[in-house]
Amino acid sequence: MHAIEAHGLVKIYPAPGKNPRIRALDGLDLIVEPGTIFALVGPNGAGKTTTVKILTTLATADQGTATVEGIDVRADPAGARRVIGVVGQRSGADPTATGRENLILQGHLYGQPTKAAKDRAAELLERFDLTDAAGRFVRTYSGGMQRRLDVALGLVHRPKVLFLDEPTTGLDPEARTAMWDEITRLAASDKVTVLLTTHYLDEADRLADRLAIVDRGRVVAEGEPDQLKRDLAVSSLDEVYLRHAGRRYSDAIRVTEAAGR
Amino acid sequence: MTATIDSERTGPAPSPAFLSDTWYLTGRKLHALVRQPVMLVMGVAQPAIWLFLFGDLFHKIIDIPGFAYQGSYLAYLIPGIVAMNAMSSNMWAGMSMIEEIDRGTLNRFLVTPASRLAIMNAAVAEQAVSTTAQTLIIVVLGYAGGARYPGGAAGIAVLIAASILVGVLWGGLSNMTGMLLRSREAIIGVYSFFMLPLMFLSSAFIPPAFMPGWMRAIASRNPLNWEVQIGRDALLANPDWSAIAIRSGGLLALAVIAVAISVTTFRSYAKNV
Repeated sequence: MHAIEAHGLVKIYPAPGKNPRIRALDGLDLIVEPGTIFALVGPNGAGKTTTVKILTTLATADQGTATVEGIDVRADPAGARRVIGVVGQRSGADPTATGRENLILQGHLYGQPTKAAKDRAAELLERFDLTDAAGRFVRTYSGGMQRRLDVALGLVHRPKVLFLDEPTTGLDPEARTAMWDEITRLAASDKVTVLLTTHYLDEADRLADRLAIVDRGRVVAEGEPDQLKRDLAVSSLDEVYLRHAGRRYSDAIRVTEAAGR
Repeated sequence: MTATIDSERTGPAPSPAFLSDTWYLTGRKLHALVRQPVMLVMGVAQPAIWLFLFGDLFHKIIDIPGFAYQGSYLAYLIPGIVAMNAMSSNMWAGMSMIEEIDRGTLNRFLVTPASRLAIMNAAVAEQAVSTTAQTLIIVVLGYAGGARYPGGAAGIAVLIAASILVGVLWGGLSNMTGMLLRSREAIIGVYSFFMLPLMFLSSAFIPPAFMPGWMRAIASRNPLNWEVQIGRDALLANPDWSAIAIRSGGLLALAVIAVAISVTTFRSYAKNV
């Protein structure tokens, strides 16, 4: 069984005042094997976040099917929610509560009794080096601490599959490296399947066992980072992107940023 | 409704999940409220200022023949100020909803198996608690200013219940506006547009007997006025309980409709974030 399997995902968003409507996903296919780190790479607006939203039951696809751990996300969203952990692009932690309180509430929402929720919170605080800050309000946390808490929140119920939507965006280099180590550890020692999105090609190159380059709602290239480069006899993922998408990755980033997204 | 709630969650204990989720999510909101009591006090500050400004400025109008109220003008104003506060404070419900959407908190809850209805319930429960506290503050301030409540504890309890209903009604509409338009400005615009006309088209400041016929006609259909009337009747020595019951029934029905609308809006929001 695959950890994640998606076939022919199509998602169309209405665009007020615009015709045609925005085709955020245009027949996206995806297969992720258990225990691996898989990266979805592409410029903003390519469809990465939309894919994550569909796989995490936050949105429904207009066409196509998707399963997580063999559970159809559309037919059984409640079942899917039990096996996935999600760390969204935006923090999601409650800034007016402490780190510990955030974690305990999260445990309660997964049906953990108070004692179990408290123990799990303590365990995660320790693991993510937040024990000293556990009693502080989250609004006083640094960017790196907040991101670590976000990941901890996603792990409260020991999910089989963890989704990380742009986990390192906005982090300083040190916090970024620490996050990379943590993600590697998750897959290696916890056997969690990780699907992460990023628009940093170097991040995908370094972390991912496999990656998919997404452009205009489709996967234009998919494979192991080294194999993708080898197949085209190029030295960087940027060139892989250029060959498949017909434009430089940096140009694609610049265009979407100029478009205000 | 219970059936859909149960189907939201599969696990060892499906049914209590809805209740426990409501409990924990409400606890989160109340924690935040207790930690920032200044928000609650700020909310009640403006209505309180109105209470004393109007109470003092117009204290003589109680003597106009036909005013027909036993007590000071300050006491007359209390139910109106309570209604005003219930409306203006709960207008902010939609703002905190937008904030939680923007911050990603709502999405974090939506990817857990937590009951969807519990997420909305927590918002309503918080509104009820904060409105109760604010209504009590107004009642105490009024007492300090010389207002007396012949209706006693029962009257005050009815006043609080009515303010909760109005609070839930406005909070529900504010949540709906927030989720649909995702704009704080829109909420402020809509509610400041309605606020003063609804206040003056009620018996908050002046008995309906003094109003022109057309205003009286609107006032009798104005839910805010129902609350004012319920509160004022209940604080009398011998309340007309049947009139209170009828108006409360009307308010309750509207509050239920408002919550239903905001839950529906929320469900469709949650389906396609």
